[in-house]
Amino acid sequence: MKSLGSIRRDFAPWNDPNAKPYIQFDKVTKKFGDFTAVNNLSLTIFEREFFALLGASGCGKSTLLRMLAGFEQPTAGRILLDGQDLRGIPPYRRPVNMMFQSYALFPHMTVEKNIAFGLKQEGMPASDIEKRVAEMLRLVKLEQFAKRKPHQLSGGQRQRVALARSVAKRPKVLLLDEPLGALDKKLREETQFELMDLQQELGLTFVVVTHDQEEAMTMADRIAIMDKGEVVQVATPAEIYEAPTSRFVAHFVGNVNMFEGKVAERAANTTRITGATGAQIVVENAADAANGADIVFAIRPEKIKVSSKKPADAVNALQGEVYDVAYLGDMTVYHIKLDDGQIVRASALNASRVTEDPLTWNDRAWVSFRPDAGVVLTR
Amino acid sequence: MSNIAATAAPSSETAAALPTRLAKGFVDRLVIIVPYLWLLFFFLVPFVIVFKISLSQTAISMPPYTPVLDFTDGVSGFLAGLRELNFDNYTWLTQDALYFNAYVTSLIIAGISTILTLIVGYPIAYGMARAPATVRPILLMLVILPFWTSFLIRVYAWIGILKPEGLLNQMLLSLHLISQPLVILNTYTAIFIGIVYSYLPFMVLPLYSSLEKMDYSLIEAAQDLGCPPTGAFWKITFPLSLPGVIAGCLLVFIPAVGEFVIPDLLGGSQTLMIGKTLWNEFFANRDWPVSSAVAVILLLVLTVPIMFFQQAQARAQEQGK
Amino acid sequence: MNATWSRFNITSIVLGFAFLYLPIVLLIVFSFNESKLVTVWGGFSTKWYVSLFHNQGLMDATWVTARVGVISATVATVLGTLAAITLTRYTRFKGRVLFSGMVFAPLVMPEVITGLSLLLLFVAVGLDRGFFTVTLAHTTLTMCFVAVVVQSRLVSFDRSLEEAAMDLGAPPVKTFFQITLPVIMPAIVSGWMLAFTLSLDDLVIASFTSGPGATTLPMKIYSQVRLGVTPEINAACTILIAVVAIGVIIASIANKRREVQRQRDEQAAQRG
Repeated sequence: MKSLGSIRRDFAPWNDPNAKPYIQFDKVTKKFGDFTAVNNLSLTIFEREFFALLGASGCGKSTLLRMLAGFEQPTAGRILLDGQDLRGIPPYRRPVNMMFQSYALFPHMTVEKNIAFGLKQEGMPASDIEKRVAEMLRLVKLEQFAKRKPHQLSGGQRQRVALARSVAKRPKVLLLDEPLGALDKKLREETQFELMDLQQELGLTFVVVTHDQEEAMTMADRIAIMDKGEVVQVATPAEIYEAPTSRFVAHFVGNVNMFEGKVAERAANTTRITGATGAQIVVENAADAANGADIVFAIRPEKIKVSSKKPADAVNALQGEVYDVAYLGDMTVYHIKLDDGQIVRASALNASRVTEDPLTWNDRAWVSFRPDAGVVLTR
Repeated sequence: MSNIAATAAPSSETAAALPTRLAKGFVDRLVIIVPYLWLLFFFLVPFVIVFKISLSQTAISMPPYTPVLDFTDGVSGFLAGLRELNFDNYTWLTQDALYFNAYVTSLIIAGISTILTLIVGYPIAYGMARAPATVRPILLMLVILPFWTSFLIRVYAWIGILKPEGLLNQMLLSLHLISQPLVILNTYTAIFIGIVYSYLPFMVLPLYSSLEKMDYSLIEAAQDLGCPPTGAFWKITFPLSLPGVIAGCLLVFIPAVGEFVIPDLLGGSQTLMIGKTLWNEFFANRDWPVSSAVAVILLLVLTVPIMFFQQAQARAQEQGK
Repeated sequence: MNATWSRFNITSIVLGFAFLYLPIVLLIVFSFNESKLVTVWGGFSTKWYVSLFHNQGLMDATWVTARVGVISATVATVLGTLAAITLTRYTRFKGRVLFSGMVFAPLVMPEVITGLSLLLLFVAVGLDRGFFTVTLAHTTLTMCFVAVVVQSRLVSFDRSLEEAAMDLGAPPVKTFFQITLPVIMPAIVSGWMLAFTLSLDDLVIASFTSGPGATTLPMKIYSQVRLGVTPEINAACTILIAVVAIGVIIASIANKRREVQRQRDEQAAQRG
């Protein structure tokens, strides 16, 4: 069985027409004065899903999260949670909890008081609270820090307190606003996996807001890419990366090369494209493009092969010159200036320690790729 | 730090750099010494003199007291003087219930006024801190502005409002809320109003600065965890504004204990406060030693709150860094 | 911050500001009252202003107050700035605790104590009470306020500016005058204004430390108030308020102008 990307996903309720939606944004609009933060947006999230809202700052992703938490009211449209319309329910009565970007730990309370805060609000008996707090501390490995105050903790520890506090009440949905934004790179990577494990262990639905594509790709079951208050594409990380539906998404996630041109000739499942300078490439997956239509072939750098001699069997091979080359350790990145002037980015995995026939600046070089290595975009 | 720099100058220092270094040490010392000496001489030494005179006897002369502990007689004279020290003024203060009552009343009035000022000032400071960011500087300015106008004048304005035929009574009478003019002027109520009014900015400003600093996401977090707004206020907002509350209360309480103008103008002759008592001992009775003794005891009473204030200031300064 | 400005917040602010400003407004309104009764409106008149300017005693007191204010505020600004630098920059020297105590204590010290103690000092060293002693007293009190205002600015001062200046070859003293001083200037100016108004305002300390021939305006107003309320005092107060208000408004407009100009410059710079 073949699939996009390298992971087999068994959990995919979004492909099941009978699956019951858990969170539904139904034609939601939110305006702040003249500014439309969220524009007529509809979105469905399923139970136990790890869902990421990905976008640049100001795209409306945080507003969406805050509407779910109850801090903002939609100007129009409905938000349903487990079939219940959330309209008019104040934040303190909603069965969702949020982990704040700033963590919002109460500075005058100890770690355990912070974690116990939400439990006290629902009037849980003291002995049960104690048990749950201990359990949470164990979960985030902060047992010995129970009596500390937030300012006596490191950034990573604070992050875990915030996490423990927000899951202590066993909410139906956990909202995470840039949960790892304040951590340094290494800690962030570790914590990404911890968060995934935690979600599996607790069986909760997570909705995470982030501007970091790697974070979203690592953790989420599905990603919604947002731009200017609208969802541009909702799909699994692999689909987002390998099969973006628009130039915006292709550009937003990862690096991409765009070959622009017109449809010149159509065969059974391949299409010949002629570029502006006359260079021709053959691609697949351009079923709905008419002859003569303007289209774009988007291809990721690692799908492009760079070589000093023309590969014998290549369908698509274009010649150029090495414009820039960078050795990054795990891979090498080439910028090849094609003879028609376009610069192509290609990357090669450094699978072995020694490279035969290495390239350097200004060398003549060939770039080649398969017809199915990229996608054809019309938007 | 300047001393270290000057004495431990590395030997490799060039001859040209040395004068600059020395000049810096000299300037450093000057920066510290000038205000230091000024405050020593005009703030600390006077207290020693007050203390000294509080131990002397009243005399009908100018100055109206007999000197004690004068070093002009040499050390032996000083020791002789030590034996003749006179605690009569303090004995006098303890014997006359008037003084004791004045101290206690002043503390109570200052205490009640402080609480009232807090109650009036907190909603204002809270409202200001929650105002749109563009409006906040204007509101801040409006709070500070009355402070730039004369304190005396603002207290004086209340006479016109509070007196029996004053504006407040006229208004209440014309609204038929009362049939007889209320007697407010020359009562403790008038003093409360006067203190709350005059000291309100001192309460609002520290409150505002601690409330404004507060991260609003803390309130959202509390609500998110199931705490309704009122609860969130008492569990989060108020405890976090405590430094502001304490600073504001001390800024009101300490000067209010020794307040003179407000009880004198609004409280009339019936009310008793220690600042007024001191003033009268000094200006009306011309009893300098007794008024010095009154001042010494007032200072002792206020030592603890002043030290608290000092610590709060030092902490605020540390946090500012 | 995403806070809602609720009706409760607006109400409390409106009521609070009404409480703060109503007495002042009434005072100003009744300074234009024809009637001598301060609380009954008898028609518009400026006669109290006219009689005010013929009141030689008040005019003399105003002149004394203005001179005391300018001199004491200026000296206090120098001393207070030095004190502020000492407090923020020299964290370790002998007697620092005592020093910070002497700076902060006068802020809350009841005026009767400060006034009495200064008077006794002046008597002890044999200084004749008068213009000079009031000025000294006011300098001592107001320098502490200046110190606090300047200190709060110095605390947030970016030390790397000074380091940059020294790195480029400016010796410390020059660095102070060319870099530090210009940056903290707004705080120094507002410190001076605060010192000036405090001096202008003070009754208690002036009463203790002043002598014949150096009656300040608050002392004059106080003695007249004790004799009974007259609209002439209202007029005097209104003028004082107007002077202060105009000063503050000019200062804030200048500030605003600078701010607007700066924003415009920044925008222009961004457009390139």
